[in-house]
Amino acid sequence: MFGIFLLTLVLITGVAIVRTDNLFVAVMLMGIASLLIAVNFFILDAADVALTEAAVGAGISTVLFLSALALTSERERSKSARRVLSFTVVVVAALVLIYATFDKPRFGDPQAPVQTHVAPWYLENTPTYIDIPNVVTAVLASFRGYDTLGEVFVVFTAGIGVLFLLGGGTTPGRLAQEKGNEGLRHYLIPRVVGRFLIPFILLFGLYVQFHGEYGPGGGFQAGAIVTAAIVLFALIEGEGRALAVLPQRWLLGLMAAGPLIYGAVGIAGIVMGGNFLDYSPLSSDPVTGQHLGILLIEIGVGVTVTGVLLSIFHAFAARGR
Amino acid sequence: MNGLGPHLPALQVVVPMLVAPLVVLLRPRGLAWAASTAASVLAFVVAIELMLQVLGAGPVGYLMGSWPAPYGIELRVDALSALLLLVVTGASTLALVGGRESLDTQIEADRQPYFYAAWLLALSGLSGILVAADAFNIFVFMEISSLASYVLIAGGPDRRALPSVFKYLIMGTIGATFYLIGVGLIYMMTGTLNLADMELRIHAVGDLDPILVAAGFITVGLALKAAIFPLHVWLPNAYTYAPHMATAFLAACSTKVSLYILLRFDFFVFQGNLEGHDLQFAIYLMPLAVLGILVGSAVAMFEKNVKRLLAFSSVAQIGYMMLGASLVSVAGLTAGILHIFNHALAKGALFLAVASFAMVAAGLRLDDLSGIARRMPWTFAAFMVAGLSLIGIPGTAGFVSKWYLIVAAMELGPAGVPLVAVILISSLMAVVYIWRIVEVACFSRPEQESAPAITVSPLMIAVTWVAALANIYFGLVPELPLALASDAAAELLRHLP
Amino acid sequence: MELLGLYHYWVFAILLMTGLYAVIAKLNLFKKLIGLSLFQAAVFLLYITMGKVDGGTAPIFSGAADAVFSNPLPQVLILTAIVVGISTTALGLGIVVRIKEEYGSIEEDEIQEIDRQ
Repeated sequence: MFGIFLLTLVLITGVAIVRTDNLFVAVMLMGIASLLIAVNFFILDAADVALTEAAVGAGISTVLFLSALALTSERERSKSARRVLSFTVVVVAALVLIYATFDKPRFGDPQAPVQTHVAPWYLENTPTYIDIPNVVTAVLASFRGYDTLGEVFVVFTAGIGVLFLLGGGTTPGRLAQEKGNEGLRHYLIPRVVGRFLIPFILLFGLYVQFHGEYGPGGGFQAGAIVTAAIVLFALIEGEGRALAVLPQRWLLGLMAAGPLIYGAVGIAGIVMGGNFLDYSPLSSDPVTGQHLGILLIEIGVGVTVTGVLLSIFHAFAARGR
Repeated sequence: MNGLGPHLPALQVVVPMLVAPLVVLLRPRGLAWAASTAASVLAFVVAIELMLQVLGAGPVGYLMGSWPAPYGIELRVDALSALLLLVVTGASTLALVGGRESLDTQIEADRQPYFYAAWLLALSGLSGILVAADAFNIFVFMEISSLASYVLIAGGPDRRALPSVFKYLIMGTIGATFYLIGVGLIYMMTGTLNLADMELRIHAVGDLDPILVAAGFITVGLALKAAIFPLHVWLPNAYTYAPHMATAFLAACSTKVSLYILLRFDFFVFQGNLEGHDLQFAIYLMPLAVLGILVGSAVAMFEKNVKRLLAFSSVAQIGYMMLGASLVSVAGLTAGILHIFNHALAKGALFLAVASFAMVAAGLRLDDLSGIARRMPWTFAAFMVAGLSLIGIPGTAGFVSKWYLIVAAMELGPAGVPLVAVILISSLMAVVYIWRIVEVACFSRPEQESAPAITVSPLMIAVTWVAALANIYFGLVPELPLALASDAAAELLRHLP
Repeated sequence: MELLGLYHYWVFAILLMTGLYAVIAKLNLFKKLIGLSLFQAAVFLLYITMGKVDGGTAPIFSGAADAVFSNPLPQVLILTAIVVGISTTALGLGIVVRIKEEYGSIEEDEIQEIDRQ
């Protein structure tokens, strides 16, 4: 029942997002909708996904939208076009989808086709081949590791795309001297609380990174959390200081190193006699090899995500000057 | 190469993919271009190797991570994949080898490493789609290639590239998400993501309605990406305002890969399982194909910008490919698939020539090209050869695929006559729009006799000629692409009940 | 719980179409991107909903002998899809910022007007 309540809230929020013409409000509502959806994921037993949706969807996404909003206008000016046509298309499509749902398997049915075949195999064989408690990580990092490699490269592509479009930001020295770029340093409470929180957030990020095999977590969530910590630092202490701590060059290096680490593990698999991204030959005992492989690629993922998200944030932040 | 032989399907994707992060770190001038070109050449060599393997021994498989399918991700290279891999890697290599100066004039030096890295990612994304045998894997690589393409197109110096690429991003993402919905619905009913496995398991599904809805979503999603009429609206502007060499690369292959996914999904997964699907395919897609051919050619006849003219011509050519496919016969599919190869040769050569023109002329409107035939005789001659191939003059590659298409249409008997008429009329329209360019280039006097001392490098001219001559070669000796295309057609039709 | 199950799918359909409506009908580029995010979030809901098993729990072994687990595969797919979605959004936002700089506006009709001149 709680699920129904949450979903209804999501629907209401969705309609509100479409109707409001204040873009700041729309971004905030989007963050709320993401958070509601994340809680819903948790109710639906998708713990890893809930963590990711909260960190990436509600967290980082809102930050990016706000950074971009600061560089553009805050109000939506014109009215919609092609209203009737769009509405008709959309309603027809919705009806088609709803019609198709009447034949779908019952919600939660353990005998539904989707629960058979591949899924039970993962649940049965993870202890034998990979021996880690979190099956989602086992599938993500090993059984379907090639998809995750692709995903890392999608993130990398977005990173170089934004850097290509918006430039890599300026040198920290210049920014630190500019007036008005002192962040929130003059506001005592955010500064004190923020300074207190940042180390804990970083620690949590590292925990999530390395604990992904045992509980919800992994490289993507960890990268988002670490980024959040540094973004908080930038907000409080100012862009210049943040760039001095972690310069753009290093971020570019992180961005490139992450995918290369992942790829190197894959190639190591070939060199050691298996196929690409086969972790079993990486050590004398296949299961240890799997652990090693998963550890390394998750590091690759975390490094890439941190590098990319921070580069994007800095690119937006620096553009306004 | 021997030890790596079995790993070729993986290497096809991995080589350009892993060079990309390296390229981003290369600051010195020209090094980014050199590394990218080397990676592209390597990819082309791998594609040729794979083609030889496929022609010799049939489809090549590979298990990522050594996990058995359908639990792990499987790769599969057959005739259709091999043909398209040649097109993609070939187009990328040619455009890179000949494109250095053109790109130097259009993209600032400090941004070039990002641009070239995006190029390699587009190449590896497209390759990844072509070797994939898993529906979700296709989605991931589709997004890699799409995002990379957006970056490539946005690199153009003309600010109109930006709203064009935004429109492409929106429509492309809707398309990819529709595809994802379709895959989700199929997964819900079958429990698997592996294409071969899906085909088998749909037989056991009781209620086929979600599968039908899934087929609809996947088709619409891929039609958006493949620029099938009427969802082609993002293409003309995106191709026009992109950097010229990026247009040469993308026009030759990026929409064709989406067409490839459509064909593979449709024939491998749906045709065998949904009754009357082959009829549905014909009924829905044939009219759209015909409209695409006619509207694309018609608009091209009146266009004033050379690149946009050629872009609309591409919409028409995609129509030919869809027409062949919608006939659901050996001849039709062979013709459509062959046209993918031949169109890439023709359009690639045309856009390479246009890139050269752009370096000398003031702009790319037809008037700007007055008298360009005199100033750049060699490049213009290559343009003419490629133009003849586009029209379909006997002796060129374009003729071969149009001939097969007409033969396939005639197989329908009296019903095929209107289709043949459409093909002939549109070819006449192609004569008109190519002639407009030729006429202005040869017979008009430029307004000012200003002759800037810019000449195009011999390398660029040579590359353009390689592409143009390929049109003639494969027009006279079409055995290789024909063998691949007919193998591919047979393979696709094998899945029909 | 028949109704609960169908309700999930209906929410997916309505949310999907709300997002799609924002993308095609709104002229503000920023709004289009927000609509796109909403559109994608609806698809995530579809996948995760189909993975739920009655009385199940998250697919993490905790030593309990008779645990029933929900399906891990849709979760893996959606983890990937979320990241792909945010990458697309980030790139889209970059393009919107550049458009604002070049055109001074992020309304589609105004941009087309400027290009026409």
